[in-house]
This record gives sequence, C-alpha cells and structure tokens, in this order.
Amino acid sequence: MDFELSDDQAALAEGIRNLCQGRFDIETIRGFAESGGVDPGRWKELGDTGVFGLMATEADGGLGMGLADAVLVFEELGRAAVPGPLVGTFLAASAVPAALAGDHVVSLVEHTADNAAGPWMVEHLDAAASVAVLGAESVSLIPAADLAGEALPHPLDVLTPVSRVQSLADGQEIGGPEVAADWRHRGSVLTAALQLGLAEASLELGVAYAKEREQFNKPIGTFQAIKHLCADMLTHVEVARAAVYAAGVHFDQPDTGDAVRAASVAKLLAGQAGDFCGKACTQIHGGMGYTWEVDVHLFLKRSWVLDTVFGDADDHTEAVAAFL
Amino acid sequence: MDLRYTDAQLAFRDELRDWLATALPEVAPEPDRHDWDARRRWDTDWQAMLADAGYAGIDWPTEFGGRGASPAEHLIFLEETERLRAPYVGVNFVGLGHAGPTIIAEGTEAQQADHLPKILRGEEVWCQGFSEPGAGSDLASLQCRAVRDGDEYVISGQKIWTSFAHIADYCELLVRTDPDPEIRKHKGISWLMMSMDSPGIDIRPLDTVLGSSEFAEMFLDEVRVPVSNRVGDENDGWRVTMVTLSFERGTAFVSELLGSMKLVEEAADLARQVTRNSATAWDDVGLRREIGQIAAELDALWALTKRNVSQAARTGIPGPGGNVFKLRYAETRRHLGDVSARLLARAGLGIGETGSHSRNDPIEERIYALSLKIAAGTTQVNKNIIGERVLGLPKG
Repeated sequence: MDFELSDDQAALAEGIRNLCQGRFDIETIRGFAESGGVDPGRWKELGDTGVFGLMATEADGGLGMGLADAVLVFEELGRAAVPGPLVGTFLAASAVPAALAGDHVVSLVEHTADNAAGPWMVEHLDAAASVAVLGAESVSLIPAADLAGEALPHPLDVLTPVSRVQSLADGQEIGGPEVAADWRHRGSVLTAALQLGLAEASLELGVAYAKEREQFNKPIGTFQAIKHLCADMLTHVEVARAAVYAAGVHFDQPDTGDAVRAASVAKLLAGQAGDFCGKACTQIHGGMGYTWEVDVHLFLKRSWVLDTVFGDADDHTEAVAAFL
Repeated sequence: MDLRYTDAQLAFRDELRDWLATALPEVAPEPDRHDWDARRRWDTDWQAMLADAGYAGIDWPTEFGGRGASPAEHLIFLEETERLRAPYVGVNFVGLGHAGPTIIAEGTEAQQADHLPKILRGEEVWCQGFSEPGAGSDLASLQCRAVRDGDEYVISGQKIWTSFAHIADYCELLVRTDPDPEIRKHKGISWLMMSMDSPGIDIRPLDTVLGSSEFAEMFLDEVRVPVSNRVGDENDGWRVTMVTLSFERGTAFVSELLGSMKLVEEAADLARQVTRNSATAWDDVGLRREIGQIAAELDALWALTKRNVSQAARTGIPGPGGNVFKLRYAETRRHLGDVSARLLARAGLGIGETGSHSRNDPIEERIYALSLKIAAGTTQVNKNIIGERVLGLPKG
C-alpha cells in the first residue's frame, strides 16, 4: 500500500499543470468568453496532449491509463479553471475518435426521471459538435446542429454558456445500461476532481492575498480570523483530495474498496470544498472579492455549475446513507 | 497510488487474525471504569499477551525490542484489533507512544535497558507531566522548577492533566532547569524520568465532564530525581520533546476512526428503530442525509489516514495531514454525537443506558467529542500551526 503519487503520476500532473500555466492562464481563459467558452485551437491542444484519451485503450488511440491518473489531470484542469465540456468529451472519446483527438467537442446532458419532459439546460451548445444524452439505461449521441436551443443571456458562469433546449432529437445510441452506469460513475469522480482543483485555486488565491494585503499596518494573514479561514480552506481541500484520489484508485483496484460509494463521497466532499473555499477566498478579499476583476468568482461559479451535474449534495448524502 | 496490500502485508494480517482468534477469548471481561487497579491490570495483562506474541511495540525498532512493523503493517494491526474490539492501549499509552519512543531516540543505553523492556511487557506504566495550570497551549512557558543539588534535581511545582498519575510507576516530566527570564523560554527546559514512588508527590484526581477520573493534578514539593534520570542534555528538553512528536506516523487516530465508522452504522440502525411522525427516523430524509454526510466524511478521513501513513512511510516525518485530520475529525465526531442525541431524544438522558459496551454509548461519545477539539492541541492552536507552518502566513 502506497497512497502517494507514483513518479509517473507526479510527472503526469506536473506536465498538465505546466500545460495549463502556459496555454490556459487565467487572462487567456477570460478571453474564451468571446468564443462561447471553448477555443477550438486550445481544445485541440488538449486532445493532442492526450487529455481526452487517457483511459481509452491504445487500440482506440488512447493511453490506457486508469481513473486515478485521469483524476490527477482533471484536478489540474480544474485548478486552471479550463472551461468547456471536458467530462462529456472525455467520456465520449472511446466511441468518437474525433472527440479523443480534440477535433469534436461533446457536451453532455443528463436525462433523468426528474426532467423527462425537459426543458434541458445544455452547456456549450454552440461550441459542441455533438450532445451526449446520458439516460438511466442508455447513452446516445445527437448532432448539436439537430438541437434548437435558446441561449441564456446571462449564464451563471460566464465561461459556461447554457442553452435551454425544449426537445431532444433522436440520437444514435452508443451504449446501454452498463455504459450509462460507467459514465455516471466516472463522470462523478472526474467532476469531483475538477471541483477539487477549483477549491485549490481558491485556496491559493486567498492565501496569496492574505500574505500581500495590508491593513492596520500588517498583512491581514497575521490576524487569526483570516489565518483560521485559510486553515479551514486547506482542511476542506485535503479531505476532499483524499476522497477524490481514493475514488479513482478504488475504481482501478476494485478489491480495495467500494468504488461506487467512494464516487459519491468524492463528489459530495469536493463540491463542498469548492463552495467553502470559493466563499472563504471571496471573504478574504473583502470588497475586491465582490468585483469581476478578482478571479475567485470564476472558481466559485464553476464549482456551483458542476454541483448540478452527476448528482448534488442531496443525491450523494442519500447515496452514502443507502450503504449504511 | 496503490491501495492494495502486498503479499507480505496480507500474510502479516492473516497471522495476526489467527493469533487474535486464540488470544481474545482468554481476555477477561472489561472491568468497571472507576476500578483503577483492575483497569491497570486489564490493560497491562493485554500488553503482556502482545509481548509474548511479538506484537508489543508494533512500530518500535527491533533493536529496542519492538516489532519494527512498517506504517502499513501498523495500520493493519490497528484495523484488525479494533475490528475485533481487542483491548485498547489504555494505561500503556504514554509509555508506548511517548516516553518509550523518547528514550529510544534520546536516552542512554542504561536508560533504554532499564525501561524499554518493562514498557513493552506492561510492567511499567507511565504518565505525562507536561502541562501546568499556567502552561497549556503555551507549553513552553512552564514553571515547574528543578534545582540541582549534587547528583539530584530538587523539583517543586504543579502539573495538570496528568492522566493515570495515581496508577503510574513513572512520569515523563518537563521541568525548568534555567529560570533566567532573559533566555528564550523553551531553552531552559529539561526532560526527566520521575519515579512516582518519590516522596513529595501529591496527586489529586480531576473528574472529567464524563464523570471519569483518569485526569489528575500533581503537586510536587521538593521531589528528588537523580540527574542520571535526565534524558538528553540539561536545558535541551524542548528539543527532546519535539523529537518524540516526530515519531507520529499518521496512525494516531486509526482505532478511534474505525470505532467512529461503527458508531455511524449504529446511528443508522438506531434511526431505523425510533419513530418520527408515524414513521421511522430513517424515513426522515433530513436525518438520513445528515447521517450520510457524516459517513461520507469518515470515509474521506479513512482515505486521508492512508495518505498520511503513506507519506510518513516515504519521508519518515509526519506531514501536515495529521493536523488536517484532527480538525475535521473533531467536527465530524461532534456532528455524529449531536445527531445520535437527536435520535435518542429523551431516551438519551442517561449516560451508559444505550450502548452495549464501553465504546458505543452515543451520549458518552457526544460528551467525549468535546475533548477532541481541546486535547493534544486545541483547534485554534492547530489552525495557527496550519496557517503559519503549512501555508506560510505571517505570525501575528
């Protein structure tokens, strides 16, 4: 048993972090708002790096890695607040070679009993080539051009445009109940990894500001009220990190724990970490935290968007309780 | 990241399970908690059984009589003993977890030979004389004075929170050997081994909010301790203490955490039995989700424990994960205690009415959870440590 990152895993995470720092710095990402949150050139770079094919088999052009490896990559994408339907495209990559290559953006919408009549809120409809519909028993793929959507004028996260779609055209089924369950499972864990990264982004930004901002002639980080808020952020991040990494490992090594339960724990605690750290970082910034200029609102709003997919806190506390 | 146990670790677990299957039926029933002589005997008898089987000092180096187990094996040991509700380390805690490791790291060969074998066999029980009424979170401000008189120290002062003082054979004692106010306060401290038979020691029990009496105040009036009982150099006791703390390998709360995971299962069972609004409490979605939240947090803390143990195994030093663990664990345990009390409602007006054994009374556990944010570093001090040492925030 060694729950630390292997050398390969550490190198993988560092590689993606470097890619994000070089190609997805926050100013560049803010510029993506003009192009619907997805820049085709940069998206292609993600595909070229292998981001979407991490878990696809080598025969399918993928890298044949595990979910634990993918978690590390998605954590870094979250930390950089890279926008776009990353999880949908990742999950579709095994069935759609162009998605794996980064040439074909796949948005994902869940079709559940609770919203069987629609309307459906579809993210990144303009940038997407396909929309994957994840139902209880099947996964199907619809060409985005076949869907009529009304774009919301003011999406919650400016980098996650949302369209209201009144009816879903018939799609091509690409998987049955097992595939649907697998997508939900891995989708929960990868979304949790994005939220973990977003929580870390808020932690880092908040701590940096606490060191630099001075009031009463000293850095505000000297005050225990601020220091303790920072410690609380770290606690949320580290507990969520353990949960998210464990969910990845249990999926890859089924004998080591219940992977489904772990996925719920991960999505729950990473969502709570993203929320807590986003709010705490806002608070540490004071009035500046309430301005568009400071990046924290991008991290917090993205985490809130991700709360609405693959089950929210209510769903996952229920799911964990069902194991007791 | 690999959570699979190796073949060697699985073999260690199988061997341990076989031994526990034969050893546990021989353990006497747990004595009354107020019967301290019986409790000492029960805990030390178990320690002797562990020693005979080669499990005493599981994480101690083999050259000092320990098992020399890896952190992963230590984790397995704690997992298996907790699962089968084997006796807890109890009164042997200070000797095995603190005084012993200190003597291993800093003691002379004579000191090691005198004490380590007895600690391992449960023949020598230790207590801790660190805190004072005026030195709690600010431990280095301690005032208990030791004056050199020939080859002895003459010690006067007061200690507090000295768990098991009335049944202990030895005390690990921090004293001030250099009272000069000009020197930095943690430079004038020494670490001594004090025999509890020494004249001049007055012990007064201090009852906890649980009504238990493991705590004590200890008054020292010209107690004489040989200079040869000093571990480490004179005035170097603070460093000696810090060296001991670095022995922590992420396993400190394993038994507790696994116990808590049972408690949340028991809370779910309780919820299925009690009635709320003509249905069971488990049918109340709000209560059910709260229990689910607590279970999720405990699962995550178990994963965090494995991360902490793995990190300690690689680096040999405890990382910040232990501080993080303690902060969240204390909160989660309080929440569990509160939810359990709501489930019991007025059936929870007595302590020890509902649990089937000493480790699962929900009301006792609710009260006990108060201590988790205080003992071994309060939540507030812990947050200062995380803020300053982990996150690099400036000192106030």
